[in-house]
Amino acid sequence: MTTIDKTATVPAPRNGGDNEGPLLEVRDLHVEFHTRDGVAKAVNGVNYSVSAGETLAVLGESGSGKSVTAQAIMGILDMPPGKIPQGEIFFRGQDMLKMSNEERRKIRGSKIAMIFQDALSSLNPVLTVGYQLGEMFRVHQGLSKKEAKLKSIELMDRVKIPAAKARVDDYPHHFSGGMRQRIMIAMAMALEPDLIIADEPTTALDVTVQAQVMDLLAELQREMNMGLILITHDLGVVADVADKIAVMYAGRIVETAPVHEIYARPAHPYTKGLLESIPRLDQKGQELFAIKGLPPNLLRMPSGCAFNPRCTAAQDICSSEIPVLHSVTEQDGSELPGRKSACHFWKETIHG
Amino acid sequence: MADLSSKGEPILQVRNLVKHFPLTQGILFKKQVGAVKAVDGVSFDLYQGETLGIVGESGCGKSTIAKLLMNLERATAGEVFYKGQDITKLSGRALKAVRRNIQMVFQDPYTSLNPRMTVGDIIGETFEIHPEVAPKGDRRRKVQELLDVVGLNPEYINRYPHQFSGGQRQRIGIARGLALNPEIIICDEPVSALDVSVQAQVINLMEKLQDEFNLSYIFIAHDLSIVRHISDRVGVMYLGKMAEIGTDAEIYEHPTHPYTQALLSAVPVPDPEARENRDRIILTGDVPSPANPPSGCRFRTRCWKAEEKCATDVPLLAIPERFQGSDSPAAHESACHFAEERAVLPA
Repeated sequence: MTTIDKTATVPAPRNGGDNEGPLLEVRDLHVEFHTRDGVAKAVNGVNYSVSAGETLAVLGESGSGKSVTAQAIMGILDMPPGKIPQGEIFFRGQDMLKMSNEERRKIRGSKIAMIFQDALSSLNPVLTVGYQLGEMFRVHQGLSKKEAKLKSIELMDRVKIPAAKARVDDYPHHFSGGMRQRIMIAMAMALEPDLIIADEPTTALDVTVQAQVMDLLAELQREMNMGLILITHDLGVVADVADKIAVMYAGRIVETAPVHEIYARPAHPYTKGLLESIPRLDQKGQELFAIKGLPPNLLRMPSGCAFNPRCTAAQDICSSEIPVLHSVTEQDGSELPGRKSACHFWKETIHG
Repeated sequence: MADLSSKGEPILQVRNLVKHFPLTQGILFKKQVGAVKAVDGVSFDLYQGETLGIVGESGCGKSTIAKLLMNLERATAGEVFYKGQDITKLSGRALKAVRRNIQMVFQDPYTSLNPRMTVGDIIGETFEIHPEVAPKGDRRRKVQELLDVVGLNPEYINRYPHQFSGGQRQRIGIARGLALNPEIIICDEPVSALDVSVQAQVINLMEKLQDEFNLSYIFIAHDLSIVRHISDRVGVMYLGKMAEIGTDAEIYEHPTHPYTQALLSAVPVPDPEARENRDRIILTGDVPSPANPPSGCRFRTRCWKAEEKCATDVPLLAIPERFQGSDSPAAHESACHFAEERAVLPA
């Protein structure tokens, strides 16, 4: 393993905290995978931004491109077969896609960190958790083994793992699922990054533990004023923690909105369908609303709006023209800040 | 949905079901050093045409119960009566006959279908084992009928599992469960591996099939809103024991066991308005190990109401004394010494 000179220049100093503009901005990002069967377009022009202290929830089903976008931001996309034909990812105003591998490596982990879904398979089973936590300090900050271990204990304390001192030499399998996820969080927090990307951080956990972990994450975020990108498919988790939401479908963002508004008045038929398919009290005994059909095959994307084969409101224009992300307004034309919808008939969807 | 007033005889009666998995030490001379008490004295009834939801966190014994009911695992103690016959003692031909009537749908449609078999073979295999259900020449047609019933194109009979999406695969799993015209289907987390927009489709299908074939379901899941939607009655499990059981309204609107209250309050509600004015109970710590469960009430280590009595006396699953004889919906079985109502879900 190579050690990194900690005095090396890193783009934009950490305490340039007087952010003009967002922390991270993704512009027109495209990602495709070249497979034997053809080109799978996983991400087709995604735009979003996150500021310090803000939580953006990226909501989507499997195959919607939400995780691939995150991997592109982190720079951990497998290339090949992955390829980024166009797009920019600005971190503190600098396009990360134009940086050298070495520069990106310095950002990864120390400025932008990621929490993965499955803690058990993300941790190395043959190394102690203390060693794995300490690796962050040894590699990025050049600390000695002993110092790194002390730091690891501190971190484990911080994420509220009981008896951290005694457990630092335990292996991942000694910990329960919730504790493992705390270790993942500790690892991401280790170097106090500006931005954390959490990819389905609680999907593998039980609800009571999920509540603990989400609380911890929110608390640490507040403390350090971090930006958080929360990738999930759970509408409940989103409602609990997010500030704003981006809904993805087939590699595109179909709707963005502040969290309160999207639940009250969705402006895209897909979002509407998702919200309506949640079992509600007054619907007991009735058939649930279900979005018919299946998510599209990324190798054979439908023409026009990718959602048109499943949409109840689809008309001719939907299969011929790809809808752009329209700004959504009130009926009287006054603006709804932060609201956008990629539907030809957003007016009918939100007001109709 | 079953009419609860005309319940009649239960089709399945579970009495004090216990399953302990031995923990052994040594290689050549294995000696038992303890036991994982996965299921430790669970009783409930299942009626014809009814859906009983079982919820609980991982490790509480939900799936072990499913296996015990199928007799895939031998119970350590206790009885499971299917139409008055104790199936835990059965073996050989008698067991095979009972299993025809109790089928299972598994959680993960990606691993529960053999990737080397075609859909026709997967569903048709049930007829090899129970040839009396469909005569040999008739099987292919029967399989195609089943595919049609679960909403798949009957022409897909020669395809392999990898050619289907998750939701379609789960439909194949359901078709396999239906093949023998069972009376009871045990569904172990049937939709948790599916995408949100597909979950609703599968739930609708299961409800439709229940009406059509008068099936009884045992629906094991951790998603409380789905369980509420589909279930007539709900049982909440904690660490191998039933903590509370009652109709869906009793459990969700009038929970009396602290664990049920904590569980319900921890569920993220898809409504941002609710996040400010919600009564949230966040439990501390993890579920204790079932190999060494706490004495007395098993929930006491995480319970905010725990007193000395909880460490010594095991609370029984019964209608709490204070509610006995009352008509209130809080009068349902709850295994807590200090059972009281606390509404935790926004109405």
